[in-house]
Amino acid sequence: MSENGGPLLKVDGVSVRFGALVAVNRVSLEIQPGEILAIIGPNGAGKTTLLNAVSGFYHPYEGRIIFQGQDRTWLKPDQVAALGIARTFQNVALFKGMNVLDNIMTGRLLKMKGSFVLDALYWGPAKRQELEHRAFVERIIDFLEIQAIRKTAAGRLPYGLQKRVELARALAAEPTLLLLDEPMAGMNVEEKEDMCRFILDVNSEFGTTIALIEHDMGVVMDISDRVAVLDYGRKIADGPPEQVRKDQAVLDAYLGVGHE
Amino acid sequence: MTRPVRELDPEGDTFPKLVRVNAERIPRKVAIREKDYGIWQSYTWAEYLEQARLIALGLASLGFDRGDKTAVIGDNRPQLYWAMLATQALGGVPVPLYQDSIEKEMQYILDHAEARFAIVEDQEQVDKLLNLKAQCPRLEYIIYDDPRGLRSYAEPFLLSLERLQELGKKFAQDNPTYFEDQVAKGRADDLAIICYTSGTTGSPKGVMLSHRNLILTARNAATREGLRSDEEVLAYLPMAWVGDHIFSFSQSILLGFAANCPESAATVRHDLKEVGPTYFFAVPAIWESLLTTVMIRIEDAAWLKRAMVHFFLRLAQQIERERLNRRPVPLWPRLLYPLGRLLVYGPLKDNLGVRRIRRAYTAGEAIGPEIFVFFRSLGINFKQVYGMTESSALISIQRDGDVRLDTVGTPIPGVEIRISENGEVLFRSPGVFQGYYKNPEATRETLEEGWVHTGDAGFIDHDGHLRIIDRAKDVSRLGDGTVFAPKYIENKLKFSPYIKEAVCVGQDRPYVTAMLNIDLAAVGNWAERRNIPYTSYTDLSQKPEVHDLVGQEVVRVNRSLSEEELLRGAQIRKYLILHKELDPDDQEITRSRKVRRRFIAEKYAPLIEALYSDADHVAVEAKVTYEDGRTGTVRADVKILEAELEGAVGVG
Repeated sequence: MSENGGPLLKVDGVSVRFGALVAVNRVSLEIQPGEILAIIGPNGAGKTTLLNAVSGFYHPYEGRIIFQGQDRTWLKPDQVAALGIARTFQNVALFKGMNVLDNIMTGRLLKMKGSFVLDALYWGPAKRQELEHRAFVERIIDFLEIQAIRKTAAGRLPYGLQKRVELARALAAEPTLLLLDEPMAGMNVEEKEDMCRFILDVNSEFGTTIALIEHDMGVVMDISDRVAVLDYGRKIADGPPEQVRKDQAVLDAYLGVGHE
Repeated sequence: MTRPVRELDPEGDTFPKLVRVNAERIPRKVAIREKDYGIWQSYTWAEYLEQARLIALGLASLGFDRGDKTAVIGDNRPQLYWAMLATQALGGVPVPLYQDSIEKEMQYILDHAEARFAIVEDQEQVDKLLNLKAQCPRLEYIIYDDPRGLRSYAEPFLLSLERLQELGKKFAQDNPTYFEDQVAKGRADDLAIICYTSGTTGSPKGVMLSHRNLILTARNAATREGLRSDEEVLAYLPMAWVGDHIFSFSQSILLGFAANCPESAATVRHDLKEVGPTYFFAVPAIWESLLTTVMIRIEDAAWLKRAMVHFFLRLAQQIERERLNRRPVPLWPRLLYPLGRLLVYGPLKDNLGVRRIRRAYTAGEAIGPEIFVFFRSLGINFKQVYGMTESSALISIQRDGDVRLDTVGTPIPGVEIRISENGEVLFRSPGVFQGYYKNPEATRETLEEGWVHTGDAGFIDHDGHLRIIDRAKDVSRLGDGTVFAPKYIENKLKFSPYIKEAVCVGQDRPYVTAMLNIDLAAVGNWAERRNIPYTSYTDLSQKPEVHDLVGQEVVRVNRSLSEEELLRGAQIRKYLILHKELDPDDQEITRSRKVRRRFIAEKYAPLIEALYSDADHVAVEAKVTYEDGRTGTVRADVKILEAELEGAVGVG
């Protein structure tokens, strides 16, 4: 995927500031093709901000973001998406009045070409294109086992299912890199287990590289190949789960430092 | 009277041969459909045979011998039905397992059935089998249909169905006539399937059924019911259950009609609507949930619409009740019915997906009369059947136009029914099973000179209909020897919307008594509408008005009991309404809401004694467990009530 076997995504000394507040402070991070990277850290550590910088919602104050060997620091969100980076949001961001199928179809929009007139008439190439995309979306529906809610309005679904639909929409874009912002927040144990299985399946079936933010340490230790830890905007640890779990800086960040 | 078929044409005496005939005669007719990726994918009879052939040849290439068993596990999928046919084609026996069984149950059956091959749906089942593989030494190959999540599995004995079929293609190059030769070797009396039944006691038993058993039973029932080759069924009941095997496999093959596999267990209701089956079976719980959906939707409608729907539903039910009771239907409702069909019944049936149904069935347990009457009143030919795995699924069916609320119909052609001296139902038919696999002792207990002991107590009523009372072991006698079937009476009581639970007492006693729980929601609502104030369940349960309300229900039950000679003597003489609801937390009923008789008899001994004394009330104290685990005490004064007896009761 990436040229000369380097990392798929390289975040190089990135800082993001909101006025005087430095949310992300010179963080460097690499994501290798095919891996599942977990980004963890206490509340306000800058995890989501970092994700937003990668997906083009914020632009860094300093540093560079390199995707597939090319500098992508200044791209807009739609350009980032067109490159093959898809994401889900911490607070579900679906079109609540639209049904699940249509929500997922919006994930294909970047892949659709066509003319306004032909689309309106639903004729010829426009119809063929719609059918192709629908077939692709049906594969994702099958993959994520949401057949039963295909025609249900997204806003009427329980939270856990909304999260799953959001994942489906991200997958519809056929991403190379998938960014998941707390995919399991607010879920019960069973929903979490399902989500873990889906994330692992996406990774192994489609070879999608995944970076996810998660608080549930059990989940993180179970599914990720590598864990990066942020605290107050800085990266304080990066490595395999077993190693990070024992890291003193991480323990301090999570449990607090004893004051003598 | 339709004459039962007893002999089979040697060209069609096994299922593989029958499918071969279908593939020649109606090659392009749809045999099975599956909703996949949002679309109904169809397979014709020619494809059905070809797919099964490749699976069979693949199995043969792995060394499948005649008599080998294949475990089949998963939701209803065309591939799994083909796997069963493929196994039969090689002279083997398919053993379908319930897909939601836990590992321990699976292990028992796999081991007991000596399955060498397992053909399963997906990763979920593969994972279970991999965990069991060490304890099931006879299991050699695991074959899966859906490869998702399984790509990284490297076990040499694990392969995909696709790969198996490729092996089959290769095998066919060297052995071009192998499949046809094997099919030709099949005989009517070969085993066609082993269905394991989950006995309420002890280990599951493997019911062995031959091709002859299934073909004759399926054919005799189809003749009686007038099934045609254009039926559509929804294959949604577990494949391990003999009923699904008869409807979606045996009869589908025999008559050449299509079975439709839903997309997933969660989409069944939606798929039902899309398929619009013509021939449909469901257990009472499913009918009940369909009815609930309807009622909820109606309550959401605008008032005019709601009023119209209620009016026509009441009208239809009134007509249906008259019909079921064999009374003439007054002219006025009869004239209005077609209007109701246009405005309400038709659209409603369409919405549920039952509009095209020509025959619908229920079985398994007693169905509430409201539910039964409701669906019949819409114009659905809804009937009750009786059967068991040991009879190849079917024993009796209510005939068209001869439907009752509380019978299971008359025997299908070829079936003879006899009631033993102690009241147990026995039957003899071409569908009588070949015995329990590797369990001659159980076989001897059940199968006596061709007659099968059903374990159910019942009787043939004055119209020749079979009525099932209860499990034979639960039927006892009153002190004077009158037959007393507590569950039968309790079910009748519970059919009242006002009675939630009922416990009948009477074994070795002079008469029958009942302890009841009112339905707090229904009776509470009833009380509110009549401005009867109450504070709690205990308070409401002892209101005189509520006693009158429940009294009418008890009399209704007595009246219905008096209509049957055998049960006339076991009417309810005294009853009381319990001061607290029976609760699983207090161990009075199980989590699945089965009454724990012995526990209740001990706990409520003073109440029961009062029912058999001259007392007209009894003061009680009961310990209750709250949801947070604390316990408290409820005090109440429970009134002993007397019920009117109907007809001539021979007890002094």
